[in-house]
Amino acid sequence: MSAFFAAARERLPKGQDFKGQYFKGQDLIVLVVIWALLIGVPFWLPFLGGYTALASKVLVFGLAAMGLNILLGFTGVLSFGHAAYFGLGAYGAGLTLRYLVHSTPLAMLAGTLFGGLAGTLFGLLIVRRRGVYFAMCTIAFGQLWYYLAYSWNDFTGGFDGLRDFHREPIGFGAFTLDITRGETTFYFFLLAVFAAAVGLMGLLLRSPFGRTLLAIRENARRALFLGIPVERHIWLSFSISCFVAALAGTLYALLNNFADPLTLHYSLSGYFVVMTVTGGMRTFWGPLVGAALFVLLQDYISSMTVNWMFFIGVMFILVVLFFPRGLLGMRRAAARNASAPK
Amino acid sequence: MWQVVLFNVTNGLIIGAFYVLMALGLSLILNLSNVINFAHGNFLALGGYLAFTLTPALGYWGALLISPLLTALLGVLVERLMIRRIYNRDPVYSLLLTFGLAFVIQDACRYIWGPNGLPMGLPDMLAQPITPDLFFITWYRVFMVTIVIVTVVGLFAFLRHTRIGLRIRAGTFDLETVATLGVNVRNLRTFNFAVGCLLAGLSGVLAAGQIGLNPNMGDDLLMPSFIAIIVGGVGSLIGTLFGGLLIGMAAALTTVFYPAASEAVIYAILVAVLLLRPRGLLGEEGMFS
Repeated sequence: MSAFFAAARERLPKGQDFKGQYFKGQDLIVLVVIWALLIGVPFWLPFLGGYTALASKVLVFGLAAMGLNILLGFTGVLSFGHAAYFGLGAYGAGLTLRYLVHSTPLAMLAGTLFGGLAGTLFGLLIVRRRGVYFAMCTIAFGQLWYYLAYSWNDFTGGFDGLRDFHREPIGFGAFTLDITRGETTFYFFLLAVFAAAVGLMGLLLRSPFGRTLLAIRENARRALFLGIPVERHIWLSFSISCFVAALAGTLYALLNNFADPLTLHYSLSGYFVVMTVTGGMRTFWGPLVGAALFVLLQDYISSMTVNWMFFIGVMFILVVLFFPRGLLGMRRAAARNASAPK
Repeated sequence: MWQVVLFNVTNGLIIGAFYVLMALGLSLILNLSNVINFAHGNFLALGGYLAFTLTPALGYWGALLISPLLTALLGVLVERLMIRRIYNRDPVYSLLLTFGLAFVIQDACRYIWGPNGLPMGLPDMLAQPITPDLFFITWYRVFMVTIVIVTVVGLFAFLRHTRIGLRIRAGTFDLETVATLGVNVRNLRTFNFAVGCLLAGLSGVLAAGQIGLNPNMGDDLLMPSFIAIIVGGVGSLIGTLFGGLLIGMAAALTTVFYPAASEAVIYAILVAVLLLRPRGLLGEEGMFS
């Protein structure tokens, strides 16, 4: 891996480090704040009237949205079907725990592979499509899995969802991590997985591969003329984002000890997209912020009125019409304006 | 046995007819405005509900005529107030916007007309079976299919033989040139969106007579309509027409032999088309790729 980075660094002009472009003092503060907040959740959230399971949901949806953002924000390609891979991850983990082995890590591995590979194969079919047509194919294909889970009653539990499985304690040789009891322990387990996944994603996006994705986003035709295999990069980006979504899906199944067909439905794909856009789809942490906002808002509104869909829909429309950059995107734009020469 | 097959063939024809009406509207909007209208199924529900409300005042026939027009009018409002603002932006915004709109309309219908299903009254003459032998073929089914055929033929004649129709077809290929030639593209797109909503509203009134009304009655039609468009080939309205009929018939015939797979066969067709002929049955090479 280090040789890989060294080779990449050599391609850059002298004195310029591709990592250096990203780490400014301000970004470091943001990082510290985000991780401090995330680690402190079990201590500060109850004071504000929240509960830890809500934060777990934010982490899981945030991870899925950040995975989607590799494709949407950093490659500039729209998928409106990522719930499929999220849901396949959830079902993959659930089915493994129920029918095969009582092991949490194996279930996570199986679910992630299941969802990720499904996305990888499907990506091959549609990688030549562009724009809305690509999006439409992802929606339609995503619904395939929804109907499959919905109608294959004996195996998947049909409309009622997959039950009769639960997360198992994880053994590390000498000691055992019991994630089955206590919300807080499981939250920290989630956070550890989240941190590992996010760290890998960050490395990936700062690698030459990630920079190439940005080039494709900015100008796919120019990237093609520079000899970059654009379609292969879009396919890889799609596959990677599917793997991350599937990993998030396995965590969701573990969180609820339950997988239901609605985790495969295109409305969840829409939620992932709106989380990403609300938070800021050109920013790394935006989707997590968007997920937090969405989960809290949905939790609050649905406790107030049965017509929560109306308000969520209005939120979608307002975000599109008035806050297209998203929360973190606006912050970045403001910073750029402030530093621009007057 | 032949009765079962015939029953499902007529079913397939009717389901296919609804897919066609929905998908043609979606396709029109997609071709000219590059917008996937997620709310299309909700415009359908709206058309049905409006007809339900108007029937006591105007009678069934009046409602059948007026309600699609009102749906189209609403489409004009939506297009002018919201969708127009995002034409030149990334497609993610149009998808999110119509997705949110779908939620809003669906919940508004639930709020106004209640969450439970409502029956749509039909004139007595339409509710009768044609003959006692073929008890499942009511006059209403014949009527529905007739209306759909007349509408589709009318739409294609309109697109082929009128000036506006010509502009819409030209805009599908190259909107920029059409604008350069002095056509008011903004109004053209609004009109086109309204036509799409008109078709949705009409299918709503027709569907209400067959399956009754409920706030998410359009949802089950939305996905097959997307698939009809992909299978038929994006950019080709004739393709959409065939795509809709094809998947409607395929789903209905599968019901005869293996009911559980009737949805799956639609997706099997989708995957087969994406594998073997990615541009769709009648799609033009390179148009949307």
